[in-house]
Amino acid sequence: MSFIEYGDTIKEGDTAVVFLGHESMFPVKVQNGGKTQTKYGVIRHSTDLIGKPYGSKVTCSKGGWVYILHPTPELWTLNLPHRTQILYSTDISLITMMLELKPGSIVCESGTGSGSLSHAIIRTIAPTGHLYTVEFHQQRAEKAIEEFREHKVDHLVTVKNQDVCKNGFGVTDVADAVFLDIPSPWEAIGHAKSALKHEGGRICSFSPCIEQVQRTCLALEEHGFTEINTSEILLRVYNVRTISLQIPDLGKAAEDNASATAFDRGSPSNQDAASPQAGTVQFKSSVPLREMVGHTGYLTFATKSLF
Amino acid sequence: MDGGARRVIREGDWAVLKRNEVFKAVPVARRRKIIFEKQWFYLDNAIGQIYGTTFEVTGGGNLQPKKRVEETATEAKEAGTDTDNRNIVDDGKSQKLTHDDIKALKDKGIKGQEIVQQLIENSTTFRDKTEFAQDKYIKKKKKKYEAIITIVKPSTRILSTMYYAREPGKINYLRYDTLAQMLTWGNVHAGNKMIVMETCAGLVLGAVMERMGGYGSIINMYPGGGPVRAATNCFGFPDSFFQMLYEFPLSKVESVLSGTFSLKALPSESEDSMALAEDSNGSGDDKQQLTQDADMESSAVMESNQPEEQEAADLPTEGEAFDNNKAKGTAHDKEKKQEEKRKKFVETAALLKDKNADGLIIASRFHPVPLLLSLLEFVAPSRPFVVYCQHKEPLVECYTKLREKGGVINLKLSETWLRSYQVLPDRSHPKLMMSGGGGYLLTGITVTNEFVKIGEETDQAASEPTSKKRKLEEHC
Ligand SMILES: C[S@@+](CC[C@H](N)C(=O)[O-])C[C@H]1O[C@@H](n2cnc3c(N)ncnc32)[C@H](O)[C@@H]1O
Repeated sequence: MSFIEYGDTIKEGDTAVVFLGHESMFPVKVQNGGKTQTKYGVIRHSTDLIGKPYGSKVTCSKGGWVYILHPTPELWTLNLPHRTQILYSTDISLITMMLELKPGSIVCESGTGSGSLSHAIIRTIAPTGHLYTVEFHQQRAEKAIEEFREHKVDHLVTVKNQDVCKNGFGVTDVADAVFLDIPSPWEAIGHAKSALKHEGGRICSFSPCIEQVQRTCLALEEHGFTEINTSEILLRVYNVRTISLQIPDLGKAAEDNASATAFDRGSPSNQDAASPQAGTVQFKSSVPLREMVGHTGYLTFATKSLF
Repeated sequence: MDGGARRVIREGDWAVLKRNEVFKAVPVARRRKIIFEKQWFYLDNAIGQIYGTTFEVTGGGNLQPKKRVEETATEAKEAGTDTDNRNIVDDGKSQKLTHDDIKALKDKGIKGQEIVQQLIENSTTFRDKTEFAQDKYIKKKKKKYEAIITIVKPSTRILSTMYYAREPGKINYLRYDTLAQMLTWGNVHAGNKMIVMETCAGLVLGAVMERMGGYGSIINMYPGGGPVRAATNCFGFPDSFFQMLYEFPLSKVESVLSGTFSLKALPSESEDSMALAEDSNGSGDDKQQLTQDADMESSAVMESNQPEEQEAADLPTEGEAFDNNKAKGTAHDKEKKQEEKRKKFVETAALLKDKNADGLIIASRFHPVPLLLSLLEFVAPSRPFVVYCQHKEPLVECYTKLREKGGVINLKLSETWLRSYQVLPDRSHPKLMMSGGGGYLLTGITVTNEFVKIGEETDQAASEPTSKKRKLEEHC
């Protein structure tokens, strides 16, 4: 396996995802002789994992079982060790499309942070593209390099340990797209412009605060970027539930014994399940979460034009 | 792979015309009159220029490359804070030129720039305006009278926003950010073996093809006589992208699953493919949309797309925009084509029979339950699938059915909200209007389904509302 190529069976050195149940999972490095503790007991890598197909159900020592999943950038984003705040797949999706990333794209990014976005970018631009990612925090840069190697995508990415606002991306006239997720993106717009190809390209900046966005937009304008647009994307997740609602007693039953069944037959939402209790109606509903992420950051996109 | 050569506008390309926020996809051809945003012109002079170039339409419908792009800066300046309009009286008399005068100028083929100049000369209030206000006046008039268009290279970004704005009915109201989610959650990337079932004019297929860059394979499932690929063709993919594209009729899916599939099943390319093209064109809804949008020239877009659609239905492996005539060919050619098609059809069935696809994407006008339940059979374990539906309820049903059946985990029903902002110093806020909905997605991951009974129980238990505390970190 690698993060850019599916493999069928679990192999030594793979990063696999152990799926315990609803949204509960964690990544594991598969090693000969390795052991992993879960709440269902131990998983022995040599006997339980290596050689098994991805997607298999593995029974742990205490009898409970888990699924072993092939890693994807999306699963990685949900499970990676946080060294910084990270971008999630909802924003990443829009960024990828609006930057027009595809196999062969050359992309510049800063900062690398925890590499959540980096993995998604690399997946999309492989096998012929390249990511230059700049992170001024040395440990983070080093950790990112290590992860890219473990995930077998290091040939597609160059990590640079420098200040993007001072020193830029270290490349000029090569990028199809630039992405910024740093506290003062406006200071890096000039560098972004020179990193982009002469004939133009796309840029995106992610900022949680509107004041940052304002300064970034001004800088983009000053540097001649066009099509400057700011938007925000929110994910709304729905839980699917079977709901039962009680039928109020309006005293009709006393009037007419058949009325309860009449109501049942007439209700369109009652087709899903037979009422287990008299006086209730059951239906399937999609229920929004009681609480959801209402803001991650503003995404500002722009185009570097030809002239 | 996106080298310099592909940046040049060439005859035979598909290009997208852009004026302000309006887009239109057109084939690049010489001596072919294009009508866009009430302007007519020829693309001859654009050939050889680089994508992204802005042109001015001059007399006689010629395009002239413009050096400076001023389009963007306007909005920010227009709403500057230092203007004060307490003394401006709008009596409608400040402009001495009448509408008829202006129209006469235009009819004479006078350039937009000159019209703006004349407007300035005939404005009684222009001289009294502050420099800032004069600037604003000029920009506003320019925007209105100068015939400026930019020619851009088609991409998923551009085509999905264009279709959503102009012909949403043709893409089942799939908003572009929803499409973006599908590509990500489907882990669409080079080297995949993807199954795509869509009735979105081929937009979703095109987006998947773009993300795969010609590496891997795509099996395009289609209803009726052939797939509709009007939007796919607008991408202007190189021929090599179509070599990795396979197609398979939905009506033969069950025979592959049950093992009774035979070559006899090959659909003949006949009237039904035409019927299909027509059928998928004409959702009544869509027509309504078109007539409402007076300024959109949707009919023009359809007119240029229509032959492509039929072509696509006829000869789906043809990617070129200009093969309309070629395709007719001699009887011999036809036989050869038919033979090739037969071969690819058998190959496609074999690809499906392997049941090892790396992902499944569904975005159609059909009820997703039967599609999903059948097509998931062709997907390998530990692979993602994504189902789009304009409506939420069919996806709730998919969710319930899949839970009963097992073999999938991490089911998630969702939608995205997309909100645009006006960003100006001290006056930033969300824009007044936003899209009310961009459709719904059901995503999940396949797993092996050997012990259905046990799996079901535990999965059900695990899926209870475990009101998991979300780690909410502040990003600032
Ligand atoms: C919020 S994190 C980026 C998260 C990343 N997008 C992800 O998805 O994992 C911001 C990172 O930018 C780095 N950074 C901030 N300013 C920088 C600068 N001027 N040059 C380089 N890196 C910088 C920080 O060290 C931090 O790791």
